[in-house]
Amino acid sequence: MKIESTFLIGVGIFFGCVAAIYWFLSYEDAGGMMLVGTCLLGLVPGSYYFFWHRRFRGHKYFFWGKTERVVGTRPEDRPDATIADGAGVISSFPGGSVWPFILGMGAFVLLLSFVFGVWLAMVGGSVILTALVGVTAESRRGGTH
Amino acid sequence: MTDVIAPPAGGGGGALIPGAGTDHLAHPHEEHGPSGLMKWITTTDHKVIGLSYMITAVALFYIAGLLALGIRVQLTTPAGTFISFQQYNQLFTMHGSIMLYLFAGPFAFGGLANYVVPLQIGAPDMAFPRLNALSYWLFLGGSTTMLLGFATSGGAADFGWVAYAPLSTSTYTPGTGEDLWIMALVLTGFSAIFTGVNLVATIFYLRAPGMTMFRMPIFTWNMLVTGILILIAFPVLTAALVMLFADRHFGTMIYAVTGCHTVTGAPDAHACGSAVLWQNLFWFFGHPEVYILALPYFGIVTEIFPVFSRKPVFGYKGMVFATMSIAALSTGVWAHHMFTTGTVLLPFFSLMSLLIAVPTGIKFFNWIGTMWRGQLVYKTPMLMSIGFLFAFLMGGVTGVMLASPPIDFFVHTTYFVVAHFHQVLFGSAVFGGFAGLYYWYPKMFGRMLNDTLGKWHFWLLFIGFWVTFMPQYILGLHGMPRRVASYPAHLGWQSLNIASTIGAFMIATSFLFLLANFWVSWRYPVPAGDNPWDAHTLEWFTTSPPPHHNYTHLPTIRSERPTWDYNHPEAPTIRHGGPSGPGHPNGHGPIGSGNGGPPGGGDGSAGARQGVPAS
Repeated sequence: MKIESTFLIGVGIFFGCVAAIYWFLSYEDAGGMMLVGTCLLGLVPGSYYFFWHRRFRGHKYFFWGKTERVVGTRPEDRPDATIADGAGVISSFPGGSVWPFILGMGAFVLLLSFVFGVWLAMVGGSVILTALVGVTAESRRGGTH
Repeated sequence: MTDVIAPPAGGGGGALIPGAGTDHLAHPHEEHGPSGLMKWITTTDHKVIGLSYMITAVALFYIAGLLALGIRVQLTTPAGTFISFQQYNQLFTMHGSIMLYLFAGPFAFGGLANYVVPLQIGAPDMAFPRLNALSYWLFLGGSTTMLLGFATSGGAADFGWVAYAPLSTSTYTPGTGEDLWIMALVLTGFSAIFTGVNLVATIFYLRAPGMTMFRMPIFTWNMLVTGILILIAFPVLTAALVMLFADRHFGTMIYAVTGCHTVTGAPDAHACGSAVLWQNLFWFFGHPEVYILALPYFGIVTEIFPVFSRKPVFGYKGMVFATMSIAALSTGVWAHHMFTTGTVLLPFFSLMSLLIAVPTGIKFFNWIGTMWRGQLVYKTPMLMSIGFLFAFLMGGVTGVMLASPPIDFFVHTTYFVVAHFHQVLFGSAVFGGFAGLYYWYPKMFGRMLNDTLGKWHFWLLFIGFWVTFMPQYILGLHGMPRRVASYPAHLGWQSLNIASTIGAFMIATSFLFLLANFWVSWRYPVPAGDNPWDAHTLEWFTTSPPPHHNYTHLPTIRSERPTWDYNHPEAPTIRHGGPSGPGHPNGHGPIGSGNGGPPGGGDGSAGARQGVPAS
């Protein structure tokens, strides 16, 4: 987690500096705003990863507080980890599902409605709603087929 | 069915026993359920989705290539009558749009990365398989939407792939094709964003034990950086497109410069927006986009050079930091496309653009360092990668020239720029992309591509590439503007244009050899074995093609070359950036012998293999 968080926080710091330099040299709104946005795009998830990095090491919050559940370093972050160190369930991966296809086609039709007329939005919107319900129900049931 | 995945068994320190040390869940899951078309529609397997992406993207590449031939035929004579001016505008717009938005990007981050990244880090799938499937369907929907433009009465979009305002407002380009173009990019933009999220999450959370960040293959590193760049750039494009559409149809005046009015309809010049705002937003996406199109291909050739030089990659960490630097700088240079607007901060953007040459130079140094004193094997992937080096170097050097405002003022909107970006993007996406295709094809299909046909492909492509684009530099310096369908006969531009057209047809011919190669591989399959190139990275450890959820067992990972370490326990483990040990890289036989791979190649004969000594 440490390198991941350093990487993203580094993105944030770099673009924070660039945003400051650019703003005070140009006072140009669009570029300045986008650079600030990019800075946040690095800082926000970077801080999240840093939080979990510290939590794994036994700190409840970033630098303070204690938690009993010390995870240590993840096997994928330890250079000497063996494959057996990663034993246990990785995650659950969904099997085949038709809903991403239906959702994608719904989005396709919905966006075409902006070009060809509102009546298509009824079709596209219905398909998207159906797909959203379907994919959610499928997740709750643990997948179909 | 939801598959609960436990990690595959380890191979370290002894013979492999598939499934050892874990419960029944460790066995690879054969996908149950529908077959044929329904299987394709319902799949959430990253390999099938990756292949779908690649096949779609390559098909679109051929379509966009045909459009390019139309452009070149038109320009063969000064007053070409092959197509009308209107059709010519549609052709260059759609050629650029398809190549950039629908081929070069999706082929890399949707296709190759989708297929290869989980394999390279030892993951069973992408982090969000259904989101991954949705990405592909949005991409397919977006591609269809863009091509639908040709079926409308007004034809496809014709405002150039950059859609500059005010040309792209409804006053000047009112057609349906343009609206379809905008919607196509919204769809593919969301598709790219979802893929970016998926790549980053996969790389952060699904690495195999021991696969630390600084042991990841360079291709995976580059895809991580590309994923971040996608998340920086594509939302800006999507937002800009929504505003453009609102300008065209909902009466907003964000980019409008004429005909502005208040809410009540009274004319009011103060209600106008800014046309340059579009350029700012577009290029804030557009320049990172160029590196979204280049960095994956840098990653591909960085995989290929070490394997075909029989050496570890030279300067691993340098490569990683160079990739990060290129990506970081590329997001601060957007307005170097706008020097001539007179509204941008020239020194800032010029300096940032020039700085990109430094990490790129480091990469070139490391690529050459990787090949230096190696045992070079000139198979097609290697030739394509070397072709990439030459092409990208030429494009890069002219890029440094264009980063200088005085030169840019002189050659802006001329064929010099056309030649520059074709050498950069053709160099990376075509040479690099097809290098990757030749390299990983055996892994994807378990059969080889014919090397002789591949070499025909390469040499015709390589020669055609220079014949096409070098004359365009000269044309640009002579002042020929881009995006013109005709030119005065007395200026002496015709001979150079004819040369360029001949080159384009050589390139087109070379891609017939690729089709022939696919046909030969399909009709007369040559089994590839698991590791035909005696390659280094983890994806060559599993079978070709890999099973559902990728691995039945994994080797112990102690360097960035786990498969090599496993297959060559006698060779010292190379740590990134460290000196290569004695006896290395020598003493290994020729690679790519066609079937079975090298001695000890990961073919699943468990008893014959030993784990790499842990060090």
